[in-house]
Amino acid sequence: MFDQTYQQTMQRRNEIIENSLKVNYEQFQTSPIAFDYEKMMTVLGYSIEEVMDIQKEFHVGNTPLWELNQLTELVRKIAPKGKGAKIVMKDEAANPSGSFKDRRASLAVYEAKKRGFTGVVAATSGNYGAAVASQAAKQGLKCIVLQETFDSNGVGQPEIIEKARKCESLGAEVVQLSVGPELFYTALATLDETKYFNASLYSPYAIAGVETLGYEIGLEVQQQFGKEPAAVCVTHAGGGNITGTARGLRKFGNKQTKIIGVSVDLKGLHMASDQDFNRKSFTTGHTGFSMPFTTNPDRSDVPYNAARPLRYLDQFITVTQGEVFYTTELLAKLEGLERGPAGNTSLAAALVLAQQLDEDEIVVVQESEYTGAGKHPVAQLNFAKEQGISVYKGNPEENKPGSTIVIPEHIQQIKIEEIDLDRIRESYLRNKLENEDVKKLNMGDKNFLAKEVNRGLDYIESYINQHSSHLKKETNPSE
Amino acid sequence: MKKIKRGTWVEVENTILYPEDRSNQLPLETKKIPYEMKVRGFLANDAYLNEIVTIKTLSRRFIKGKLMQSQPEYNHTFGPPVIELLHIGEEEENILNNRQ
Repeated sequence: MFDQTYQQTMQRRNEIIENSLKVNYEQFQTSPIAFDYEKMMTVLGYSIEEVMDIQKEFHVGNTPLWELNQLTELVRKIAPKGKGAKIVMKDEAANPSGSFKDRRASLAVYEAKKRGFTGVVAATSGNYGAAVASQAAKQGLKCIVLQETFDSNGVGQPEIIEKARKCESLGAEVVQLSVGPELFYTALATLDETKYFNASLYSPYAIAGVETLGYEIGLEVQQQFGKEPAAVCVTHAGGGNITGTARGLRKFGNKQTKIIGVSVDLKGLHMASDQDFNRKSFTTGHTGFSMPFTTNPDRSDVPYNAARPLRYLDQFITVTQGEVFYTTELLAKLEGLERGPAGNTSLAAALVLAQQLDEDEIVVVQESEYTGAGKHPVAQLNFAKEQGISVYKGNPEENKPGSTIVIPEHIQQIKIEEIDLDRIRESYLRNKLENEDVKKLNMGDKNFLAKEVNRGLDYIESYINQHSSHLKKETNPSE
Repeated sequence: MKKIKRGTWVEVENTILYPEDRSNQLPLETKKIPYEMKVRGFLANDAYLNEIVTIKTLSRRFIKGKLMQSQPEYNHTFGPPVIELLHIGEEEENILNNRQ
């Protein structure tokens, strides 16, 4: 199939990535553990005005901001007196391919074209594939989408199959792969063979593209309600959505708004397991992505990941699969909006968070996505039942990823699970210090780490004092 | 067996890595099976099922693989109604209308 063997290709990974992105990442490196993140985002990125112009040209963005009046009223009926923030939703399904991912794709494809590439490659089982396919069609480039699609029985999640259909309808070649992290190798080999642009989800372009979403939210909430939102709930997977939205809100000038990442809890399901593959009813927006990408962002397909969620997260929450399916159905029944479940992960959390906030506050659900056959709770729950998963109505606390999906009987049963961000920060720091052969941290390193975990220098000093074993010894006789 | 005509939209399969070439860090159930790919495109020459053929994909790439399906279907559907979802909203409408 490929001219290069696995080992040969993997050995050339840096060269292939550099050729396919035309980015020399070494220019940002400031020490073995630190790099200049803002330099990377400004030197390679575009100003937010430029991004908005590009997106406007390709019909991306300027999506409606809906007040979810019925859901807000419902929350106020069950919240303590005076509580029940207004819930508003940025309807990203209004983008050309039906999700916020068009914002990421528009800029990546634009950059590819500007640099003379004739095509783009994207590795994704989610909405990003459709977005890259759509923008490639619109901007006149070829497109190859690689997805992890099927298990050893040849069976795939209806949601991923639907994404393949959508990509093909938009003119893209879809390469469907069995379960495994070798998706990365296949993407490298494809980039090497085609010399196409690497439309990585984690390039500065992909993140700068999302900044307009945060900026629009800041601007529109200000215009319509004369204030900042108290919270913006973001479905959290690889971290690009959080990072871009938070940066956009800051660029607009919001200072108070809390950035809340929400993932579907898929605890216990191994991401590289052929057996677990079809026992996940969420193919994106789940902890299998959000946890590793938060604690170790650079373990991605680029040397420095531009998605750095820990820099921006104020709160990290999980909800269960059943709660998200319930919320999706409720959005359709009470608001007349039939949207895909992945984006409603953050809406499920917003239904709870709004009960804790004052009535005059605003909580924004920052995305929505298209839905249809294969990408709908009905399709996904039928598939789950076929896989032997028990689906029933009841107490969501009984939800067990891969075994049961419990649909709440009423809104009061939705609970949110808070992830301890300090534990995540410590995992990040441990990964960072153990992965690099660092003996001593200089001031630049400490400042970098403080920014990475969104804490002060004193936090880093105190961590190092308590965990000096994570630093390599000056001289280690056993080595 | 019927010959599939050149130009037909088909699906081919390929093994990319055999179990022995896959990472030892994979869970055993994944490690023990080959890593495979499926791609669709237009058949370059008349052929029978299971033959090694070349296809031209939508990105105009030529890919070799084992011919598995002619005119592969999109057969993902909504499926039957999910009864567990149908009553959602009733209770909430009652709450909204103060008929708890």
